[in-house]
Amino acid sequence: MRVKVISRSTDEFTRERSQDLQRVFRNFDPNLRPQEKAVEYVRALNAAKLEKIFARPFVGAMDGHIDAVSCMAKNPNHLKGIFSGSMDGDVRLWDLATRRTVRQFPGHQGAVRGLTVSTDGQILVSCGTDCTLRLWKVPVDTIMESDYGSDNSSQPLAVHVWKNAFWGVDHQWDGDLFATAGAQVDIWNHNRSQPVNSFEWGKDTVTSIRFNPGEPNLLATSASDRSISIYDLRLSTPARKVIMRTKTNSIAWNPMEPMNFTAANDDGSCYSYDVRKLNEAKCVHKDHVSSVMDIDYSPTGREFVTGSYDRSVRIFQYNGGHSREMYHTKRMQRVFCVKFSCDASYIISGSDDTNLRLWKAKASEQLGVILPREKKKHEYLEAVKNRYKHLSEIKRIIRHRHLPKPIYKATKQIREITDSERRKEERRKAHSAPGSIQNKPLRTRRIVKEVE
Amino acid sequence: MVVKVEKIIPSKNITDTDEVISEEMDMKKKKYLRGEGANLKELKDKKLQGQLAVKEELYGKSATAAAKAEKWLMPTEGGYLEADGIEKTWRIKQDTIASEVDILSSRKQFDIVLPDFGPYTLEFTPSGRYMAAAGRKGHIAIVDMQNMKAIKELQVRETVRDVVFLHNELFFAAAQKKYPYIYNRDGTELHCLKEHGAVLKLQFLRNHFLLASINKFGQLRYQDVTTGQMVANIRTGLGRTDVMEVNPFNGVVAVGHSGGTVSMWKPTSAAPLVKMLCHPGPITALTFHPNGHLMATAGMERKIKIWDLRKFEVLQTLPGHSKALDFSQKGLLATATGSFVQVFGDLSGSQNYSRYMTHSVAKGYQVKKVTFRPYEDVLGIGHSMGWSSILIPGSGEPNFDSWVANPFETSKQRREKEVRSLLEKLPPESIMLDPTKIGSVRPERKKEKPTKEDIEAQMEAAIEAAKNIPMKKKTKGRSKPSKIAKKKQEAVEKAKKPFMEQHTNKRKLTEETHLPKSLERFVRKKTAA
Repeated sequence: MRVKVISRSTDEFTRERSQDLQRVFRNFDPNLRPQEKAVEYVRALNAAKLEKIFARPFVGAMDGHIDAVSCMAKNPNHLKGIFSGSMDGDVRLWDLATRRTVRQFPGHQGAVRGLTVSTDGQILVSCGTDCTLRLWKVPVDTIMESDYGSDNSSQPLAVHVWKNAFWGVDHQWDGDLFATAGAQVDIWNHNRSQPVNSFEWGKDTVTSIRFNPGEPNLLATSASDRSISIYDLRLSTPARKVIMRTKTNSIAWNPMEPMNFTAANDDGSCYSYDVRKLNEAKCVHKDHVSSVMDIDYSPTGREFVTGSYDRSVRIFQYNGGHSREMYHTKRMQRVFCVKFSCDASYIISGSDDTNLRLWKAKASEQLGVILPREKKKHEYLEAVKNRYKHLSEIKRIIRHRHLPKPIYKATKQIREITDSERRKEERRKAHSAPGSIQNKPLRTRRIVKEVE
Repeated sequence: MVVKVEKIIPSKNITDTDEVISEEMDMKKKKYLRGEGANLKELKDKKLQGQLAVKEELYGKSATAAAKAEKWLMPTEGGYLEADGIEKTWRIKQDTIASEVDILSSRKQFDIVLPDFGPYTLEFTPSGRYMAAAGRKGHIAIVDMQNMKAIKELQVRETVRDVVFLHNELFFAAAQKKYPYIYNRDGTELHCLKEHGAVLKLQFLRNHFLLASINKFGQLRYQDVTTGQMVANIRTGLGRTDVMEVNPFNGVVAVGHSGGTVSMWKPTSAAPLVKMLCHPGPITALTFHPNGHLMATAGMERKIKIWDLRKFEVLQTLPGHSKALDFSQKGLLATATGSFVQVFGDLSGSQNYSRYMTHSVAKGYQVKKVTFRPYEDVLGIGHSMGWSSILIPGSGEPNFDSWVANPFETSKQRREKEVRSLLEKLPPESIMLDPTKIGSVRPERKKEKPTKEDIEAQMEAAIEAAKNIPMKKKTKGRSKPSKIAKKKQEAVEKAKKPFMEQHTNKRKLTEETHLPKSLERFVRKKTAA
C-alpha cells in the first residue's frame, strides 16, 4: 500500500518574521473561481463607474493675455514651454508646470496670427496682421527655471516687413525654411529679409499652413476659397487642390502616418484625407456643433484634439467617427487654438476669454508616480472594461457626457436637420426613376471637386 | 551504416520524451482554455474576424503560460492511495493509513464524542480552516481546524437544524426552531430573520452574498446579507423538504423533493429553471461536483444516481441507500448511511464512479452529514454522537490560491478580502444555468417560415385524415350514402380551412410588400393592439 495525504506545515506557508512579506500562493485553476465572467463583468462595471468619478480633466487656467488667444506653438525641444500669441499683439512663453508667464515678446502692433518654433527649438517665428514677421531667440532652460521677475521681455532677432498681412506661419520639420500664409504662400529663410520663394493659386487668402512631418518639402494650406492645397517646394507650381463646400480653418498632419492629414472644417466636422487620394475623405469626424477652429495631432498619431467655436474641446480617435472625449467649462469661450503636449498627456486650449487652459488628455488618468501594482491594476481594469464595453450598461456609463445646454440643443437640432434631409432624399429617390439619383457617401458629399 | 543507426536511436528517444511532455502540456493547457475557441470562419465581418483571431491567439498564449507556470506555482502534489497486489483500496482501514502518514496528518483523524446534543451537522469555510458544528439539541461550536481549538461554543437551548458560515468565519447563520439567526464569532446574536420562518436548510451563495433558506412550508427565500433586503420569496409548491444544495458553478439552488423531483431555482424567477424527475421515491440527499457538470442524488429506493447537468442525463446509477452525499474538490463522492461511510472515486478518468474507500463509525451512530474539508484530504462526518474526521487521500485540491481561499489567512488579509468581495458582489440576476453566457452576444433568431410545399403537404395529410374518419351507424335515414358523402365533404372543408386562411393572409402581406416604395407610406399601419 502506498499512501500520501496533503500535509502543510504552518512554517512553510506563513512568514517567518513580522517584517517579512506575506507569502502568496497562486493556483489559476478555473474551477476554483466560479462565475468568473459575472465577476469580471461586475469589475468592468465598477471600473466604468470609477472612471466617471475620477474624470477631472481640467488642470488649470493660465491668464495673462488681455485679449483673445489667437495662436499657440509648442517647443519641440522643451516639454513644459508653450508660446501663445494674442489678438492685441502680445506673445508670451508659458511654463506649464507652474502655469506662469516666463517671457514676453513685445512688438507686434496688430493681432498675432501665427507662431512657430524651429525644430531645434532655438528660433521662434511670429507673424501677424501688422504685416510684420519677427524672429526671436528662444530663451534657454536655465532662465526659465531661475527667476521670473527681472528680465522677462525679449528683443527680436529680426523684423521683416512684408506687403500683406499674415494669417499663419509654420516651420519646416527638417531644415531652416518656414512658410507664411497670407495673400500668397511665401517661403522664408532664417537669414533673409525677403521670401526665397512664393506660390500663388487663385486670388483668395491662404488662412492656414502646415508642413508635412515626414517629407520636409511638402506642405498643406487651406484658403478662404474653401480649398485645401498641397504644395511641394521642389516644384515651381502648387501640386494639388481640393475644393470643399465649406472653408477649412486648420490642418494637422498625422505625425505617425505622414501621408494622412485631418482638416478642421467650418461645418463642424473634421475630414481625414490621404494626400494621394484627395477625391474622398478617409474618415469624417463629426460631433462639433459649430465650426472647428483648430486641430492638433497627438505625437502618438492615434488621436487628435479639436477646438471649436461652440466653446468646447473634443478629442477624437484618428479613425473614429465620433469624439472620445469632450471638455468644456462655464467660463471658456470660443476656442481658437488647441495643442497636444509633446508627451501626449496634456492638452492646451486658448480661447476668446484671454485664457490658456491646461487639460489632461485622459480625463480620469492618475497623475504623478504610479506604483507598479497600481499600474497593473489600472491596466487590468482597462482590459476588463474593454472586454465588456459592448454591453449596454457599461456602454451607457462610458459614453455619457454632460453637455452644456446650448450644445445639447444644437446637437438635437442638427440631428433633426440631418434626419429630415435624409428622409427627403429617400423620398426624392423613391419618386424618381430608379438609378437617376445616386446616394453620395458622407465622405465625398462635402467635396466639390479636385483640381490638379 | 552501423554508425547511422546509432545516430538515429538517441534522436528518436528525444522526440518521444518531447511528445510526452507536449501531451502533458496539452492536457494542462486544456484546463485553462475554458472551452473551445469561437468558430471564426462563420463570421462575415472580416475586421471582427481579424480582431477575434488575435484575441484567440492571446488566450492560447496565456493558457500555455499558465500551464508552464504550474510547475513553479503549484509545488504541492496531491494525495493518493494505491493498493499493491490483491489488496483493495476500500479494504484499507483508517488505522493503517494513520500509521503510514506523517504525524501532522494522522492528527487529522479523530472522533469527538458528544452524546447529549446529537446528531451533528458540519460546515467548513471555503478555505477549510474553520468548521462550524451544530447539534440538533442546540449545541453550536466554531472550531479552528488548524490548531484544533474551539473558538466559541454556545448552547442556544432550542432545536438547531442547520448552520452555515456567511462570507467569512466571523459570521454564521443557524436555522433554529422557529427562525434562523445570525451570530458572530463571539456567539452574539446579531439578527433574527423572522421572515424566513422555521427553516430546515440554509445555504449561502458566496459570490452574491445571498442567504438561501427553505422552510417547513416549502418556501424558498433569498436574503441579501449585506443590505438585509429580501431578494426573493418563492413558493416551491412541492412540499416540505430539507434537501437543498447550491451549485457552486452557477449559483443555482437545487431542491430535492419527496416526490422524487429535483427543482432548480434562481432568485429572479418564480418558476423553477429545471424540474427533473430523478427518483421514483423521495430524495434523501443531493450534491454538486465543484465544476458544476455533475450532480449526485440519492433516493429512498436505495439508488444513488450521478447526473450530467449539461445533458440532464443519468451517467451512472450506484446501488445503496444514502442519507448524506458530498463531492470533494477533486471529484470524490462520499455517501453515508447508518454508520457506514463510503467514498466513490472516478478512478479511470472516464466518469465511471467505483468504490474507493469505506469507513464505519462506531456501531449505532447515525451519520447525518458528510462533508469534505477543502484543500485537505479529510472527510468530516457529523453523526448522532458527535463528529469524526477521517483521512481520504486524494480528495482535496493540493494547491490553494491566496486570493481565493487562504487557509493561512491573517486577520488583515481577511479584512482586505471582505472589502474586495463586497466590491465584487454579483447581482442576483447573474444566477443562471449557463453563467458563461454573460457578456456574449445573443445569436440572431430567424423565424423559419414553412415553405409553400410544406403547407401543401400538411394540408394533404389533414384532408386524408379527414376522409378516413369512420362514420357511425346512425338511425334510419341519417346514414344514407348521400348524407355520408356530404358529411365527409364538410369534414374535408373543415380540415382545409386553417391552411386556406394561412394562404390568404400571406397574399395580403405580399400585396403590401410589392407596393412601389413611394406608396408604402400610404399603407395603413397596423393599429397597436
